[in-house]
Amino acid sequence: MTLQQQGVGGAPPSAPVTSTTAATTTLTAERELEQHRPSRLVSRIVFYVLLFGATLIFVFPFVWLISASLKTRQEVFSPELFAFPLQFDNYAQVFQIAPVASWFFNSVVVGLLAATAVTISSALVAFGFAYFRFPGRNILFGLVLASMMLPGAVVMIPNFLIWNALGQVNSPLFTPLWAGNLFGSAFYIFLLRQFFLGLPRETFEAARVDGASYPRMFWSVALPLTRAALIVVFIFELKASWTDLMKPLIFMRDIALFTLPQGLKALVDRFNPQIGGQGEFQLVMAASVIVTIPMIVVFFLAQRYFIEGIATTGSKG
Amino acid sequence: MTTAGATLPSRRRWRLSEETRWALIFLSPWIIGFVIFTAGPMLASLFISFTEYNVIKPPEFVGLDNYEAMLRDRRIPLALANTAYFAVLHVPGVILISLGLAMLLLRVGRAAGFFRTAYYLPSLTPAVAIGTLFLLLLAGNGLVNQVLGIFGIDGPNWLTDPQWVKPGIVIMSLWTLGSTVVIYFAALRNVPLELYEAARIDGANAWQQFRSITLPFISGAIFFTVIVNTIAALQIFAEVFTMFFGARSGPGQSSALFYVIYLFQKAFKDLDFGYASAMAWVLFVIILIITFIQIRLSDRFVFYAGDDK
Repeated sequence: MTLQQQGVGGAPPSAPVTSTTAATTTLTAERELEQHRPSRLVSRIVFYVLLFGATLIFVFPFVWLISASLKTRQEVFSPELFAFPLQFDNYAQVFQIAPVASWFFNSVVVGLLAATAVTISSALVAFGFAYFRFPGRNILFGLVLASMMLPGAVVMIPNFLIWNALGQVNSPLFTPLWAGNLFGSAFYIFLLRQFFLGLPRETFEAARVDGASYPRMFWSVALPLTRAALIVVFIFELKASWTDLMKPLIFMRDIALFTLPQGLKALVDRFNPQIGGQGEFQLVMAASVIVTIPMIVVFFLAQRYFIEGIATTGSKG
Repeated sequence: MTTAGATLPSRRRWRLSEETRWALIFLSPWIIGFVIFTAGPMLASLFISFTEYNVIKPPEFVGLDNYEAMLRDRRIPLALANTAYFAVLHVPGVILISLGLAMLLLRVGRAAGFFRTAYYLPSLTPAVAIGTLFLLLLAGNGLVNQVLGIFGIDGPNWLTDPQWVKPGIVIMSLWTLGSTVVIYFAALRNVPLELYEAARIDGANAWQQFRSITLPFISGAIFFTVIVNTIAALQIFAEVFTMFFGARSGPGQSSALFYVIYLFQKAFKDLDFGYASAMAWVLFVIILIITFIQIRLSDRFVFYAGDDK
């Protein structure tokens, strides 16, 4: 009984239901409430335990991460939540033992270049697919979609050979980490094309009649109208670039040119006692906080775009 | 003079229409990129897979040797089995838990956004930081075992006990399922409420309503997330590489040897580019087959509501 009422069918009184259904639902709910008061209460309790239990599971590890970054070397694996006095000095230390500031700067540069490059190029290509009618369009777009299934491992080695031949491995310009984005990315092309297709074609025809060229139409009509989608692409790529480990591992050799995740990996190898490291694990935790916080800040600045972007990929897929 | 008139029409025939020319200009970044960074490398890696190549010496053609060597390499079945084990637990885990959480959110009402954010936050954590964090959480006296201790369960050592390394990795991977929750929640909100109303009047119970209303409506989203999560699970790398594969080998490594990790080591630690390319193509074929099967199955299950695509 509890399970059934717990099920999805019954819209709760608190759900944002509009118009007439709201009244009916509330009525039904009230009637049920009168009939099965005890089991209704049990199902409410189960509901809140699940809701807040899940919240705790997802959020508490962050608290643990921060608390561990403020412990001493001896305490870092200990079960206390906070060990006083808090070792804020860990953060100062981690900047001294490794070029964390450089890594941070490198990651910011790479992230911004990667996100800007992929947004502009993907928008250009997506507009090409959405607006123009030309022979072979569907075949080409099919290729775009098909290329999404290709595992990165297949092109990894040849891409390394290309950048190596161009002398860009370990380049202080980080070319291999972002320059490939100048050519668009299949997933974003797909996403932006959907948005361009959603724009009324008359908007463009009107611009044509006014004598706008195609580039002008793209730049001053199409792009401003899809601003939200462009922001989605930008922050998705920013996140992808910020979190990536494999590409930096392949292409960057000089410790001063590491990205933040790559640097963190180097710290783990150096300090993780489980693989024979020196066991200053509290410093590794401080570095983990430093690599984690920026994306969370970006998320709260652009939350709407993150959520809408993800929801859209699910429904358009 | 007379020939000019004759050549003009044929020249015009070869000229593309203005619209097609502009389309090609707009598409040119992708076309160039596709040739240089996708199609070219695909052919190149296929070629390299038939050679012995380590960058220093020019590639030497060895036929199917690399593929034969894969059949003899005991670490290949190990890596395949580890990866399959992970994917088989990870994908259904992500789908079922996300669906459950999205349904919880649906009942929350106005505060749903807050909880959705809470569930999504872990997905923002860089993989390396997730790996480091779980080195702490999954340690013998780590948080996970402490919580298990509350319920009187004596937790295993998730990082060293070969039996428990992969379940630990699955637990870690489930922490970042938030984006799937966001997708399902959006899909669930699109289910017309009148349908439930009608079903209730017809006397359908909650399970029947779920089976015949909810599930068909979100089947598209489920299909999408199954495919995406499967492809990603087969290529799991960064978190596990961070935790178990340092400069020195640690305990738990053979249980955590996933396919792409082994491939990466073959390529950039052993510089055995031929072998690694052969491995990459085997992975590609596996992914193609699995995706193809999933698409065929979905034809039977996925229901497109008012689909006009």
